[in-house]
Amino acid sequence: MHALEKILAKAADKGIVEAGEIVNCKVDMAGINDLYLQTLHSFYEMGGEKVFSPEKTIVFLDHYAPASAIDQAGNQKKFREFCWSQGIKKLMDINQGVCHQIMADKGYSKPGQLIVITDSHTTTHGAFGAFSTGVGATDLAIILRTGSLWFRVPKIIRIHLTGRPPKGVFAKDIILHIIGELGADFAVYKGIEFTGPVLQMLTVSERMALCNMTTEMGAKASYIQPDEVTRKFLGDKGVCDYQIFETDTNYRYDEVLTFETTHLMPQLAIPHSVDNVAPLSEHVGQPIDQAFLGTCTGGRVQDLSVAAQILKGRRIDPRCRLVVVPASKQVLLEAIEKGYIHTLVKAGATMVTPGCSACLGTHEGIISKGEVCIASSSRNFPGRMGHVKGEIFLASPASVAASALNARITDPSQYLD
Amino acid sequence: MEKELNGKAFVFSKNIDTDQIYPGRYLAETLPENIGRHAMKGADQEFIRQVQPGDIIVAGTNFGCGSSREHAAIALKASGISVVLAESFGRIFYRNGINLGLPLIVVPGITAQVETGHQLSVIVETGWIVNQTTGKQIKGDQISEYMFTILDGGGIKNLIHKQYQ
Repeated sequence: MHALEKILAKAADKGIVEAGEIVNCKVDMAGINDLYLQTLHSFYEMGGEKVFSPEKTIVFLDHYAPASAIDQAGNQKKFREFCWSQGIKKLMDINQGVCHQIMADKGYSKPGQLIVITDSHTTTHGAFGAFSTGVGATDLAIILRTGSLWFRVPKIIRIHLTGRPPKGVFAKDIILHIIGELGADFAVYKGIEFTGPVLQMLTVSERMALCNMTTEMGAKASYIQPDEVTRKFLGDKGVCDYQIFETDTNYRYDEVLTFETTHLMPQLAIPHSVDNVAPLSEHVGQPIDQAFLGTCTGGRVQDLSVAAQILKGRRIDPRCRLVVVPASKQVLLEAIEKGYIHTLVKAGATMVTPGCSACLGTHEGIISKGEVCIASSSRNFPGRMGHVKGEIFLASPASVAASALNARITDPSQYLD
Repeated sequence: MEKELNGKAFVFSKNIDTDQIYPGRYLAETLPENIGRHAMKGADQEFIRQVQPGDIIVAGTNFGCGSSREHAAIALKASGISVVLAESFGRIFYRNGINLGLPLIVVPGITAQVETGHQLSVIVETGWIVNQTTGKQIKGDQISEYMFTILDGGGIKNLIHKQYQ
């Protein structure tokens, strides 16, 4: 069996599971976001009174942090009341950040766990060796009601990363390149495991970016075998209560694909789909109105650090806004302590509340008709960040920062040591 | 659930994501009748004025990719859509639709055989489709027994509720 299958087998209390089989699994951590009050409606419609396991339930007020409209405020109020009345202590209010970063910051993302959150980018926690997947409101309500949920055991694709990425090329460039090669529906219903020597060069932060974006290929879950990097990250947080599963040597992957990274250049996803990928060099000079740095894909300390490195002692072009959203409170605090926020604000950045912000076009940096944005976020669908005639180019945090300097798409390599 | 569904087709291309089915700016809505008013707004502003109860969405590959928002499936159902026939589906949208009792059938190559305005008849249990306008039969994948049980029970909320009564 694959490690991901072993996690499902354990959660289903079975010895063996096979790809294609439908199994009912006990969920280790169930997360709800403030966009989905439907979850509570569905819970009550199913006759729910008390949540099956308040300790395993976590509520994130992240997509509307803080509320910018009365109905958003009303939904958040109902979530708070639900948590208080149900004894749910893990209420991550508007001062905490994006769900996936909070999970990592607080040490809730652990090897061997089955993590389910009402957010499509829940694949992120594969970076820690968890089986993690996004669901809709009613599926999450089933977990609140019963503690379990059905899953179809996925086939697993192995993506082997070789070589050494050159200066200016980051995990985001690698995953954009892969999505561009394979397509937005390549991994629908399937899991993706990353292996290979490149992983040893990637921090937890960059591993999270890789796993986060597998959603954009349709993947159900992602996986990176926990190693010393994972153990150290968790150990520094005092987390040691986890089980690491290993894939059997005779496991047969659905496919094995190798990507060589040594000659990769910075990449862009061009409007309006994430698999419409080209080398950034083909679009150098494209004018931009906004540069958006942040989110669960590209708003971690390392991302703010590289942006600060590029912008230190410089000023962004006034024809362009630079909107910065740290992924979480902890990221913000660390970035303040290290001086990155000072550098970014001095360079002309607009800081917004840790959370999802403009990524999904609800608030804090929406773009107008005809405007062009370069973003370190995950999606460039039509209308994703505002007007349906706005254009979004996806890139690495470094490319976003470099582009803000010139109000034009810019290769970041020239600004990096 | 009706054994045979009949309606007019609205054809969409591939990779219609949930932001196009239900734009993010309306996500604070929670009532199905309000959610239904914004169905497909990011892909076709006219859709909501033209759709009639029973109508059918036909789409290319990866319909419903992107966000986990259940609003996308709620919106289609509330707008009157009776079934979605697509070459493939985004996985969270697929779960959401089935859970809500909205039939979703995988039909390889369907966008080449149907145009917007064609009248279709669909047998959900078998996946057989007749394009009444062209007279041609089209075979979709048969829905799994597990999914059909959920659809036939009027959605998973009913089933779970009964299970605990």
